[in-house]
Amino acid sequence: MKKYTRREFVKVVGISGSGLFLAAYVPAHGFLTKPGDEPKIFAPSVYLKIDSNGIVTITVHRSEMGQGVQTSLPMMVAEELECRWEDIRIEQADGDPRFGHQSTGGSQSIRRTFEPFRIAGATAKEMLLSAAAIKWGIEIKDCKAENGFVFNKLNDKKISYGELVEEAAKLPVPANVKLKDPKDYKIIGKRVHRLDTKPKIYGAAKFGIDVVLPGMLYASVSRCPTIGGKVKTFNGDKAKEIKGVIDVVEIPQGVAVIADTTWNSFKGKNALSIEWDFGPNVDIDTDAIRKNMVLHLEEDGSEIENRGNLNFDAPDLITIDAIYEVPFLAHAPLEPMNCIATVKNGKAELWAPSQNPQGARTEVAKALGFKEEDVVIHVTLIGGAFGRRLISDWAVEAALISKATGKSIKLTWTREDDMKHSTFRPASMHKVKGSVDKSGKLVNFYHHVIAESITAQRFNRNIPVKDADIGEGTRRLAYQFPNLKITGTIVPTHVPVSWYRSVYNTQNPFVVESFIDELAYEAKRDPFEFRRDLLPEDSRLRNVLIEAANKSNWFSKLPEGKGRGIACFEGYGSFCAEVIEVSVIQTNEIIIEKVTAVIDCGTVINPDTVEAQLEGAIVFALTAALKGEITIRDGGVVEKNYDDYQLLTYSETPVIECHIISNFEKVGGVGEVGIGACAPALCNAIFAASGKRVHKLPVKLI
Amino acid sequence: MPEFKLKVNNRQVKVDVESDTPLLWVLRDTLGLTGTKYGCGEGICGSCTVHINGKAERSCSIMIKDAAGKSITTIEGLAENPDNPIFRSWIELEVSQCGYCQPGQIMSLAALLKEKPKPTETEINDAMSGILCRCGTYHRIRKAIEKIVEEGK
Repeated sequence: MKKYTRREFVKVVGISGSGLFLAAYVPAHGFLTKPGDEPKIFAPSVYLKIDSNGIVTITVHRSEMGQGVQTSLPMMVAEELECRWEDIRIEQADGDPRFGHQSTGGSQSIRRTFEPFRIAGATAKEMLLSAAAIKWGIEIKDCKAENGFVFNKLNDKKISYGELVEEAAKLPVPANVKLKDPKDYKIIGKRVHRLDTKPKIYGAAKFGIDVVLPGMLYASVSRCPTIGGKVKTFNGDKAKEIKGVIDVVEIPQGVAVIADTTWNSFKGKNALSIEWDFGPNVDIDTDAIRKNMVLHLEEDGSEIENRGNLNFDAPDLITIDAIYEVPFLAHAPLEPMNCIATVKNGKAELWAPSQNPQGARTEVAKALGFKEEDVVIHVTLIGGAFGRRLISDWAVEAALISKATGKSIKLTWTREDDMKHSTFRPASMHKVKGSVDKSGKLVNFYHHVIAESITAQRFNRNIPVKDADIGEGTRRLAYQFPNLKITGTIVPTHVPVSWYRSVYNTQNPFVVESFIDELAYEAKRDPFEFRRDLLPEDSRLRNVLIEAANKSNWFSKLPEGKGRGIACFEGYGSFCAEVIEVSVIQTNEIIIEKVTAVIDCGTVINPDTVEAQLEGAIVFALTAALKGEITIRDGGVVEKNYDDYQLLTYSETPVIECHIISNFEKVGGVGEVGIGACAPALCNAIFAASGKRVHKLPVKLI
Repeated sequence: MPEFKLKVNNRQVKVDVESDTPLLWVLRDTLGLTGTKYGCGEGICGSCTVHINGKAERSCSIMIKDAAGKSITTIEGLAENPDNPIFRSWIELEVSQCGYCQPGQIMSLAALLKEKPKPTETEINDAMSGILCRCGTYHRIRKAIEKIVEEGK
C-alpha cells in the first residue's frame, strides 16, 4: 500500500478536487503518515482526520464570524461518526479550491455541508467498522459503533477508533454509505455548547487583528476621501519625523505609513500631506442620487413578474399608492478591516479575517502578479462580517504594502477608514400601488423597485432586470395576489455597493409587508388575518405566521399608545414571522417592548445557535430601521464613527422570544431569514400605536 | 523614549513608548495582551474596556502617561479566575457570537458587580449601554446578568 506524505496527500486531493462535493475529494485510500513518531492519521475526506489517539480533527472551510460553524459543522460529522464530542478538534481551512465552495454568505454554510459532512462521518464509521470486523474475523453486522469505540455484539468486546485507524486507512473508501434516520439523531437537533466560547470570553481567541508575526511591522493607509479619487502628489517627510515611523509608501489605494506599532502608524498617517485627484465622482451626494431615483418613479420599470391582469379602473375598488425609501447602509463590524501579510521571494502568505478566502487569494494573486498557488490565505476568527468581508480590498492593500516594503506587516483600518471606505447596502426607492374590493379582498398589487444592482456594479455585467438581484424579496412572493405586477429599474449610483446581511431582503420585504398592512387597513381587516388568508393553506409561511400570532397573543388588547405589528418572510430555504410590540410616546419616542419570532428552518442542527442568529438578526434589523443611514456628500461618506452611525444599545434592546417549528424538512439557512420581517413588523407596530405610517427608513416620527 | 511603569494583571511592567500612546495600544502591541479590542478609538464602542484601579475605563482614550503607576486589569487578568460567575453564566447562556466585543462587555460588568453586587436595572443599563455589540447579543447579556444577580442574592 502506498503511504502518502502530508504534501502528497494534499496533492492527491488537489488533483481530484474539481467537483463541489466531498465525494470528489476522497482518495482511493485514506492513509497518511506524518514524519517522525507522530500519531498515525486516517483521513477519509478532506474535512476529516482521525489519529491513533482517537482525536477527530474536522476541517471547517466556512469562516467563523459568530454564526457557530465551528460547532455546527463538527456536530454533523460527529452524529454519523459516533465519536465522543470531547475528542473533536477544529482546524480552520485555508482558502483553497480543494474545499469546494468556500465563501461564507447567503446563509449557505449548513445548507451546503449537511450532506457532505454527514457523509464524511458515515464513511469513516463504515471503514472503522470494517477494520474491526476484519480484526475480529466477524461480520460487519455483528459490530456496532458508539462513543468512539467499535463493539463486538457477540461478546461485548470493544476497540477504540484510535486503535483501528491504521487498519481502516488500508481499506477502500466505500461509496453510497447509509445515513441515519433523523429520528435516531443524538447530536443534531440538540443544544450543544459552542467550541469557541471559552477562548472568546477569556480574551484568548485570535481574530485577524490579534495575529502577530515575528518581526512584523504595522501599517495604516490614507485613502482619497472621494469615491474613485486617487493620490496626485504626497509628502511623507512630516510622517517620517514621527518616532516609530519607519517608511511611507504609495500603493494604488493611497499612501501607506509603516511603523513599529499600530498607534505610530496612525499618527504617521495623520501627519501625511497629500494632494488628491478627487476623480470623477466629486459632485455625487445623497440628494442627487435621490433625485435621479425620483425621476424613475413615474415610469413603469422593466417587468420582473406579471400575473393576472392589473386593472386599477375596475369598479368598486379602493386603490392607494405610496412611495417607500431606504438609505445606504454600512456593515460596521466591531473588528475593523485588517490583514496580516508576508510577501517575499515570489510567495505571499496572508492571515485574513475573510468570508471569502478563495476570492481573496484570486485578487491578491492578481494584484501581486503572482500565480494563485503562490498565495496562501489563512482564515482567522472574524469579529463581525455581515457581508463586508466578502470583499477583499483590505487583503490586497496588505499584500501590496508587504511587497513594497519587503516586510511582514499588519494593516489596520481605523474606524473612520472602515466607515468611509466600506462597500454599502444600496439605497432604494419603491413605488407601490394596490387595491382592495368592498368585501375586503386584495385585488391588485404593483411594486416598482428602483435600486443599484450589486452584481451589475461589482462584476460590470449587464443583467436583465427580470433576473437581477434588485428583485430579491419581492419576486415569487407566496401571497396569492390575483393581479400582480413587479417591475424594476437598475440605477447606477457610483457608490460602491456590496452584499449586506440579507441584501435586498432588507428593503423589498420592508416595502411589501408595510404596504400589505396599508391595504389591510383600507380593507378594514385585521393585518394578521388579511395576510393569512392570502397565503396557501398548506404553506409553511402561513404556519409560522399563525404561530407568531398565537405566541404573541395577537388579539389581546393593548393600552393606548401601544401597538403590535406583524410581518413574515420566506427566504434562504426558511420561513420566519415576527410580531413586534411598541410604545410610541407623545414626544414621538419609540420604545420596542417585545419581539416574538417564529422560524421554520427545516431540520435544525443546533437550536441554541438558531435562536442566537434570530436574536442577532432582529437587533441588526432594528438598528438599521431605527438608526442606520450613510450619507454621501461631495463624493464621499459623511459618517465616520459609531457616534454618527449608531448601533442599537443594550438598554434599547427589547425582550426577544424565539420559537422554532420542529420538523425534519430540508435544512434551511438561519443567518439572514430573521431580517426581512423585522423592519416592517416594527413600522406596522408604530402605525398601530400612533396612526403614523413609516415610508422612509430610518424611522423619524414627526 | 520615556519609560512608564504600571501594574498589569498584578505584575509590574515597564514600557518604553511615546507618552501620548493610548493604553489600548500599549496592551495590544507592546505587551501582547490582545484580548482588549480596538473598535472605534474614540471611547464610543467600549470594546477596549479594562479596569484602571478597579474602575471600568476605555483604554483607547487613556494615554500611557495617565495610566502610569496605576493598576490595570485586562480580560486576561480577569480570566485567571475562570470560576468568576460572569464567565460561568456567559458559557451557560452562550452569550457570544463573533465574540469581539465580549471582553469589553465582561470587563464593564465585572467592574459594576465589584462595586454593586446587586445592581438596579438603571445601574446595569448605565454600565452596559456603552458597550456596543454588532451581532446583537444584548438579549442574552441581559439574561446572563439577571442570572448572576439572582444567584448572588
